[in-house]
Amino acid sequence: MADVQLNPAPDAAGSPREADNPRDSLVAHFGPDKPLKLDAGVELAPFQIAYKTYGTLNAQRSNAVMICHALTGDHHVASTNPVTGKPGWWEIMVGPGRPIDTERYFVICSNVMGGCLGTSGPASINPATGKPYGLDFPVITIRDMVRAQAMLLDRLGIETLFAVAGGSMGGMQVLQWAASYPERVFAALPLACATRHSAQNIAFHEVGRQAVMADPEWKQGRYLLEDTNPRRGLAVARMGAHITYLSDAALHRKFGRRLQDRSNPTFSFDADFEVESYLRHQGSSFVERFDANSYLYLTRAMDYFDLAADYGGVLAKAFKESQTRFCIVSFTSDWLFPTSDSRAIVHALNAGGARVSFAEIATDKGHDAFLLDEPELLAITRGFLDSAAKARGLKG
Amino acid sequence: MLTPLQPQTDVNAARAPGNGRVDYLVVAQMIDPGAKVLDVGCGDGELLRLLAETRNVDGRGIELSREGVNESVAKGLAVVQGDADTDLGDYPDDAFDYVILSQTLQATRHPRQVLEHMLRIGRHAVVSFPNFGHWRIRLQIMFGGHMPRTDNLSYSWYDTPNIHFCTIKDFRQLCEQTGAKMEKAVALNAWGSRLRLNAPWWFWNLFGEQAVFLLSRKD
Repeated sequence: MADVQLNPAPDAAGSPREADNPRDSLVAHFGPDKPLKLDAGVELAPFQIAYKTYGTLNAQRSNAVMICHALTGDHHVASTNPVTGKPGWWEIMVGPGRPIDTERYFVICSNVMGGCLGTSGPASINPATGKPYGLDFPVITIRDMVRAQAMLLDRLGIETLFAVAGGSMGGMQVLQWAASYPERVFAALPLACATRHSAQNIAFHEVGRQAVMADPEWKQGRYLLEDTNPRRGLAVARMGAHITYLSDAALHRKFGRRLQDRSNPTFSFDADFEVESYLRHQGSSFVERFDANSYLYLTRAMDYFDLAADYGGVLAKAFKESQTRFCIVSFTSDWLFPTSDSRAIVHALNAGGARVSFAEIATDKGHDAFLLDEPELLAITRGFLDSAAKARGLKG
Repeated sequence: MLTPLQPQTDVNAARAPGNGRVDYLVVAQMIDPGAKVLDVGCGDGELLRLLAETRNVDGRGIELSREGVNESVAKGLAVVQGDADTDLGDYPDDAFDYVILSQTLQATRHPRQVLEHMLRIGRHAVVSFPNFGHWRIRLQIMFGGHMPRTDNLSYSWYDTPNIHFCTIKDFRQLCEQTGAKMEKAVALNAWGSRLRLNAPWWFWNLFGEQAVFLLSRKD
């Protein structure tokens, strides 16, 4: 490691330092005897998974809840993020007395494979070379992420999960969990997601990746070795993606055509409008906490996701005779994963006779609504889990 | 034979599962304990809750209104947002022991298709509906000369979701046409009491305010 040139910012996520030795995290190491078999046809070993747990595992080991994070999320779901200093990304949902109650459930959340906050990814050190993997890291799929999570669960000695929950890319992992390990999932909560990434969504991701790769500082993915950082490219990618997480109505409500700290347009390309200033801030703060290559890998994983394709094109076969209880939630203004996507999951589950709840929540907050204070979502999650806990024989 | 029902007067009835609705209790008595049940148009899920708590059923629901669905799911019920007219086709044959259509038949666009799907998906169908042949409704049209409005059917003609009213006589004819076998039938008067079982059909059609039918496929 001595000859590795680290990024200068000591706290920057995506630096080998955070990618290999994450702060305030538990790390599970898997040696050469425990390789991760990847869909790309290769085996990854050794590798590591960074994770957090909240609450206490009961004696029967029956109260574990796995939270799957979204594209740019991490395992700091319900406690202060050591990289940003901000609250955990789902504290509204997960914590003492919250719908996913850490006084009742043992909550596990791990950084996904390909991530940059402590689980093996392109920013991690390749043990074969002693240098960051960069593009030598194998391409990861949603199923690979879930395989790794299952190995973590084995390591923790937990046979079955009481529930798996997550939104967006996290929701894809929830669906994959239910399809790959039906006997290990008692209840599943896939939110604001789909069983496959649409052409439009792949298109948006491709624009983001091209923005990263067009930045001269990307250096064909070798920026960690060359001491550069494709900040501008990654910021543009984030700005574009962020628009897709909101809605026209929400942007209009928050910003309208208001000008930023000025009374008249400057007749320049400065950030005259509040919405421009907001997006620039979103872009620049994102690059401080995320690795550009990791962004390429994780968007790719979402693009490749097509659950039905693994089952001869028939989605219902993915959930055949599933005993898992499902609660599916979509949001009216989510145009990235519209309600029709969730309805397709419901149809497949009904065709298989599965026990499924499905609610669409009226909101103008767009795709990101699953992360926000939506009282109906919180009430639905609580009701669904309470009822499942009763069926599971968990004490209140 | 079922025991006669008494009208609910208990002050706690509103808080009991099913909100103490007599037609719900009649439906519940037609369902075998532990059965797998689909409630089409389940509203706020109170009938499903009643069935879960008193008959230990494995219940599912479909409901059109977002409010009804979200309220049901928050109660822990397995309810999906959907439309009886378009979504029943997604369910496989014989998926349920009972498919219930409670006070919803008259709001469907294609009642006959809905009934046929119910008998395909479930081994039994339970249908409850307001009887448009009730004497008060007949009187309102005959002497009032206007579309009937009652306590149970309080909508004006121009904003009602109820587009396919029928009488008990009409429904029996539909059953014959669709090849449904009538296993049980109950008619309730305006006070929620059962009409005499040995009364003739014309009596039920005149004095029954609501009817509940248990149907099965004719083999």
